[in-house]
Amino acid sequence: MKLRRTMMFVPGNNPGMLINAGIYGADTIIFDLEDSVAISEKDAARHLVYNAMKSIKYPCEVAVRINHISTPFGYKDLETILPVKPDLIRLPKAETAADIEEIDVIITAAEIKHGFASGSIKMMAAIETARGVRNAYEIAAASPRMVAIAIGGEDFLADLQTSRTKDGKEFHSARGQLILAAREAGIHAIDTVFGDVSNEEDFIAETIRIKEMGFDGKSVVNPRQINIVHQIYMPTTKEVEHAERVIAAYKESLDRKSGVVSLNGKMIDVPVVKRAERALAYANAAGRNNRRANL
Amino acid sequence: MINAIGREIPENIAGIKNIKPYSGPFAYTPAGRLTGPTIILNKPRSEKVLKSIEQAIDATGLKDGMTISFHHHFRNGDYVLNMVVAAIARKGIRDLTLAPSSLNNINEEIIPYIEQGVITAIETSGARGKLGKLLTNGKMKKTTIIRSHGGRARAIECGELHIDVAFLGAPACDTYGNMNGVEGKSACGSLGYAMVDAAYADKVVAITDHLVPYPLYPVSIPQTQVDYIVPVEAIGDPKGIASGALRISKDPRELLIAQYATTAIEYSGYFNQDYSIQLGSGGASLAAAQFLKEKMKQQGITASFGLGGVTAPFIEMLDEGLIKAIYDVQDFDIPSIQSMKKNANHQEMSASFYANPHNRGPIVNQLDVVILSATEVDVDFNVNVITDSNGVIMGAVGGHQDTAAGAALSIVVAPLLRGRLPMVIDQVHTVCTPGETVDIIVTERGVAVNPRRKDLRDNLREANIPLMDIEELRDIAYEFAGKPDPILVSDEVAAAVEYRDGTLIDVIRKPL
Amino acid sequence: MLMNIQPSQAGTVESNDILIILNPAETGSGIKIDLTSPVLKKYGSQIKIVIQEVLNGQGIVDAHVSANDRGALDCTIRARMMTAIDRAKLGEEVQG
Repeated sequence: MKLRRTMMFVPGNNPGMLINAGIYGADTIIFDLEDSVAISEKDAARHLVYNAMKSIKYPCEVAVRINHISTPFGYKDLETILPVKPDLIRLPKAETAADIEEIDVIITAAEIKHGFASGSIKMMAAIETARGVRNAYEIAAASPRMVAIAIGGEDFLADLQTSRTKDGKEFHSARGQLILAAREAGIHAIDTVFGDVSNEEDFIAETIRIKEMGFDGKSVVNPRQINIVHQIYMPTTKEVEHAERVIAAYKESLDRKSGVVSLNGKMIDVPVVKRAERALAYANAAGRNNRRANL
Repeated sequence: MINAIGREIPENIAGIKNIKPYSGPFAYTPAGRLTGPTIILNKPRSEKVLKSIEQAIDATGLKDGMTISFHHHFRNGDYVLNMVVAAIARKGIRDLTLAPSSLNNINEEIIPYIEQGVITAIETSGARGKLGKLLTNGKMKKTTIIRSHGGRARAIECGELHIDVAFLGAPACDTYGNMNGVEGKSACGSLGYAMVDAAYADKVVAITDHLVPYPLYPVSIPQTQVDYIVPVEAIGDPKGIASGALRISKDPRELLIAQYATTAIEYSGYFNQDYSIQLGSGGASLAAAQFLKEKMKQQGITASFGLGGVTAPFIEMLDEGLIKAIYDVQDFDIPSIQSMKKNANHQEMSASFYANPHNRGPIVNQLDVVILSATEVDVDFNVNVITDSNGVIMGAVGGHQDTAAGAALSIVVAPLLRGRLPMVIDQVHTVCTPGETVDIIVTERGVAVNPRRKDLRDNLREANIPLMDIEELRDIAYEFAGKPDPILVSDEVAAAVEYRDGTLIDVIRKPL
Repeated sequence: MLMNIQPSQAGTVESNDILIILNPAETGSGIKIDLTSPVLKKYGSQIKIVIQEVLNGQGIVDAHVSANDRGALDCTIRARMMTAIDRAKLGEEVQG
C-alpha cells in the first residue's frame, strides 16, 4: 500500500536542497519547476532537476511539479523531465479533465520513446480554483495515471476571494468536495501546504483536522513538518494490536474457508478488515527506511 | 617511525626533544614529578599594580628566547595577546615562544611580529585564517606544537611546556591580584584555561580593564599566583568575547543529525538516571540539546553533571533541573556567563581538572556521553579537526582528544557532505583524535558504530536510526562527490600534533 | 559538429552551486577553463573534466569558461553547463 502522508516541495533551482531532498523521510518529494522558480530561471531549474534525478538515487517517490501547459514552460518541462522517468508528474491549477488527458498523451509517447513500462509514470493534479473544485471528480478520473488530487493554497484562496484563518473555514467546502471526488475515483486526497513553518501548534491542529476528514496526507514545505505529520498519522499501539488481531482472525477464517469472521464476539466484515490493513500500513511506515538489515 | 595508528612520524623534528610515537590512548605511563614556579618573598603591603605593559615586561625580566603564555577566553574579542606582543616587540625582545591556550582570527595582528622574529615558535591548540596558513606553510622558525586542552595542562604541569611569563587578561581583578571572569565589561565567564598558567608560570601578569579595591571575590585565580597587575583601557571587545544566547539551529539537516545522535544516546545503554553529558557548541551538537531535553523529560531522567564549553541551551537544562550541576572550563554566550555568576550549581574548573590525563583524575574520566564535531573522519574512525581540505590549519584540537578518550560514549556528528567535501573518507589528512576512542559517527545519511564497540551495535539495533558500516558511509559520500584527490605535501614538518599524553599522533606537513 | 555561441551565464554563487560564464573563442583555440573553487586541490581536475565533457557533448570545441565553484556536485555542474550552453545557442538564434 503506497502511502502519501507527506509530499514535500523542493525548489527546483536550489542545488543544495535537491541533493538533500531524500534524507528527511518524506513519502514523496516534489521537485518544483513552477512557483518557486523565477521566470528567468525556468530553463536552469529544468536542467538541474533533470541532472539531480539522473545521478541521485532518492529513497522515496519522486514527483515533479511542472508549469501548467497553458504557460510557455509546461511542454518544455515535460520534454526535459520525462526522459529521467519521474514517478509522478504533478500538474498545478488543473481545471478540466482535458488538462489531464493532454498530458497523459505526452507521457504515453515518452514512455514508448524511452522504453518505460506503459503507465509507469503516474500523475496527480492540484486543484486551485473554484472551477477546478467543481470538476474535481472528472479531473481525478481523467486518466488511469491519476493517483492523487491535491488542494492548492494561495491561488485557491485568491480565487475564492478570502484568506487564511486559524480554523480553516476557507478550505472547508473545497476539502469536502475534494475528498469525495478522490474517494469516488479511488485515488489519494492530499491537503494543501501550511506555510508558517514556525507555527507548530496550528500546523498540528490542521493536520489532525484533515486526517479526520479522510485526507491521505499533506503537502509540506519544510522538512521539520514531516515528522509531525507522520506522528499524527501513526496509529496508536492499541489500534495496531487490534488491527493485528483482526487480520489474524480474518486470515484464519480464510484458511478454515469459513464465511463468518468474528473477533471477541464482534462480526468482522470487509470494511473492518480494510481499516485494519490501513492501520498496519501506517504503523509499518513509521519504522520504514530506518532499520537496516546489514548489522 | 610509524605510530600505533600507522602515521609516519619523523625521527627528528626541529625543536622537539624526546619524540615519542603515539602508542594507544592510555599506553604511555608518565614518570617523574610535577614542576612549579620559582619561590619568592613577597613582603606585606607590596605594590603589584604597575602603570603599563612595558613596565610589567621589565619587571618580569622577560628576555630573548623565553616562553610567554595567554588564555583564549576572550575568543575573537581578545585584545590582550596582540597588545602584549606589540609591547614586547617595541622593547626589542626576540625569539620568543608563544604558548596561548588557543588562537583566534583576531590574533592575526601579530603576524608582522612573527615575520620580524619577535615570535619564532608557537605551541597552542590550533589556529585559523591567516595565522593557520602561516603555521602550515612552514613560516615559523621552529615546528609548531599542537596540544589538546588537557594535553596543554599536562605539558605545563610536568614541565614540558615551561612558561616564563603568563599575561592573563582579567575581566575583574583587585589590587592584589585576585581575579575572576564574571564581572566587568569584558566578562568571559570561566577562566579555566588560564588557571594552569597562573599556577605554573614563573611570572604572572594580570591585565585588566576592571581594577577593583581589595578584596575581590569570588576568586578564580588567587593573589598567591599573581606577580603584577596592569590596568588598561580595554582587554577585549565584548561583542567578540561572547555572543547573545546561542540558539538552536533551524537547519533541517543539522536537526536531523541531532535527532539521530540523541536517538543513539537514548538506546546506547548510557541514557540512565544521573548520567553525565558534554555537548559541543557546533550546530548539530547544540541542536542535540533540544532533543535530549525532550527525551529526558519524557523518560523522567536527569543528569548528574554537564561538562563544557557551556552554551545557553545547556544553561536552560540546568535551570530546568534536568542537569544537576555544570562544570565549566569556557563560556560561549552571555547566559552562560551570567549563570556561572549566579548559580552555585554552575562550577568553574581548570583545564587540568577538565582534561589532564596525568593528574589524579580529570572530570572527563567520569563523563558518560560526549557529542563532538569533526572536519573529517576516516574508515578507522580517526578524526581530523585541525586541517581543512587543502591541508591548511583552520581549527583547534580543543578538548576533542580528551573527551573522546574519557567519555564512555563518544559520538562524532557531522554532515556527510559539506558542499562537495565528503566527511567520511579513506584516510583523514591529519589525525587529531584516534579512532580507538571514537564510538559512533552520525551523519544525515547514516550512523556508523565503531566495530570495537559490539555492545553498542547490539544496543542500537532497536533504535530508529539508519545504521550502517563506516565504509558504506564513505561509499555514499564518494558516490555524490567522487573520490577526492590526495593533498600533496612536502617532507617539511610544519606542525606536530601531540596526543594528550605527550606522544605524537601525527604531523602536519607543508602542502605542495 | 562545430557550434557558434554567444556569451552566456548560468548558475549562482550560492553554496553547492557553480556560476558558469561561457564565452565564445576563436576557431581552433580550444577550450580554456578558469576555475576558482574551495575544493580545487581535491576536485579541481574532476570539475574541469565534467565541464569539458559537457561542452564536447554539445559540439563546442572552442570556448572560454570561467567557473566560480561553491562546492557543486557533478550533476549541478552539468546542469549549469547545459543551461549556459542553451542560453549561448539561444542568443545566437535570436541574433541570427
